[in-house]
Amino acid sequence: MLRALFSGDYPRSRVLMVLLVLVFVALLLAPFLFPGTRPLNVAAKICIFIVLVASYDLLLGYAGIVSFAHTMFYGIGGYGIGLALYGLGPSWGAIGVGFVLALALTAVLSALIGLFSLRVRAIFFAMITLAVASAFLILASQLSGFTGGEDGRSFRAPTVLQPGFRLFDGEIFGVAISGRIITYYLVFFAALALFLFLLRVVNSPFGRVLQAIRENDFRAEALGYRTVVYRTLANVLAALVATMAGALMAIWLRYTGPDTMLSFSIMIDILLMVVIGGMGTLYGAVIGVVILVLAQNYLQALMGGVSKALVGVPLLPDLLHPDRWVLWLGVLFVLSVYFFPTGIVGRLRQRR
Amino acid sequence: MSDALLQLSGVHTHIGHYHILQGVDLVVPRGELTMLLGRNGAGKTTTLRTILGMWRASAGHIAFDGQEIAARATPEIARAGVAYVPENMGIFSGLTVRENILVAARAGAPEARRLQWVLGLFPALEKFWNLSAGALSGGQKQMLAIARAMIEPRKLLLIDEPTKGLAPAIIGNMIEAFRELKRTETTILLVEQNFRFASALGDHVAVMDDGRIVHAGAMAALAKDRDLQQRLLGLSLDSHQ
Repeated sequence: MLRALFSGDYPRSRVLMVLLVLVFVALLLAPFLFPGTRPLNVAAKICIFIVLVASYDLLLGYAGIVSFAHTMFYGIGGYGIGLALYGLGPSWGAIGVGFVLALALTAVLSALIGLFSLRVRAIFFAMITLAVASAFLILASQLSGFTGGEDGRSFRAPTVLQPGFRLFDGEIFGVAISGRIITYYLVFFAALALFLFLLRVVNSPFGRVLQAIRENDFRAEALGYRTVVYRTLANVLAALVATMAGALMAIWLRYTGPDTMLSFSIMIDILLMVVIGGMGTLYGAVIGVVILVLAQNYLQALMGGVSKALVGVPLLPDLLHPDRWVLWLGVLFVLSVYFFPTGIVGRLRQRR
Repeated sequence: MSDALLQLSGVHTHIGHYHILQGVDLVVPRGELTMLLGRNGAGKTTTLRTILGMWRASAGHIAFDGQEIAARATPEIARAGVAYVPENMGIFSGLTVRENILVAARAGAPEARRLQWVLGLFPALEKFWNLSAGALSGGQKQMLAIARAMIEPRKLLLIDEPTKGLAPAIIGNMIEAFRELKRTETTILLVEQNFRFASALGDHVAVMDDGRIVHAGAMAALAKDRDLQQRLLGLSLDSHQ
């Protein structure tokens, strides 16, 4: 049962196992353990980004493909749901229509990008994806009549997912089960299912071929594998999962806009999360996302507290001023790359 | 002589500005082991790579099992039944031994009896089954590369210098493994520098020089004829051992 669930790919490190169990329990019980809007937002972002980053790891870590179009596919998912709910009204039908259209557009775009550009060298493929993603971002910002432009679109979710909705009259463990919590669990279980699906993919014969291609595409061809076909399939699969992550984010935020769905800062975050967690280990996505999302949300507050506590000490309060949190985030990244060149998960597995 | 599984006629290959193969004519009989010998730079590896489509032949014909394959892509040729073991232990170092074997089984998983047979030939691989292939010794890596080519029945095995850099004891094991493989009547074209290894296994021999086949015949005849060895290979049998 457990073997089937994990596709035979266990964490293979006791420390990692403990960390993953802690993250799982924390996310599963987040509405009860960490009540309040901000912690729940952070937990939902972690769930969605685990899927997004794991799907990027399928590309970068398993297939060796560097793409900058991943946020574009994430955005297509977000805009698909957002524009459908905005245009058709808050219904499950609208979610279905937006979801299917977004997946269809992603499948076509990613297959075209893959078939036309995965034959060229890695650097050219990266440049092509950057150009396509930039064009899409500009398009989303400029077509304001359709997409809402820079402001994006706010929309209403179906009744069950609206914050005012109550599943029961009473409370469970002191928490009222609102539409917000139902939405959180929709996000959580969808993210869990997608992560386990990706785990199945990378441990399937298809995943093994991708890893073989990443190592040496000539040798993989000599075994009879059409490398362009496999790379394109990996590109399509990763893009479809990123689209689903985008759809989940739009449902969670009840908003879609270029900054939250398409910006290049999201792409940089994804890259950092994959590298910090460990490329080619899907569990690395979990660790990388948790560290970076927590740092983005709490490092500033933590530094504010420390800075206040150190008033009177020369230099330190200035260095730890909350405004300098990005500097310390950068230091954190440099240190993690220095001490964990194979990522945190890679390092933990080596210590076994 | 049995019928030819592979036949090269007037094959030329250019790599960049270099004209490497200059009209190779070679017949590889079905179900037998043909040794391709020659000094370094004679064009042996290029011949194997041209057969597999990794370098495109600029002229000439390559017939495999009655089909012209000179213009086909590498995956298509491999799917037609050609397996290739490159020199320098062409394994996937980042994958485990198990994954290296499984990735060669295009159906997803190898047939259980065949897997047992291959692991019986190379017991070290079973011992290190879940170890990263990059951590194996040179001899074990070579065994893995050969085992990978054998995991599915193939019509033709192209093997490039399997003994390169290996200790004599491991070469002995490899000779036994190839003898076992020959019993399955697999057709093999094997590039080799080690004449002792070649003469112990080869049914036929072709000697290359300057991008052409300069001698073809029975291996036993070449093994007996020291003058011919001297003339073709430039060294006596003793100094090749």
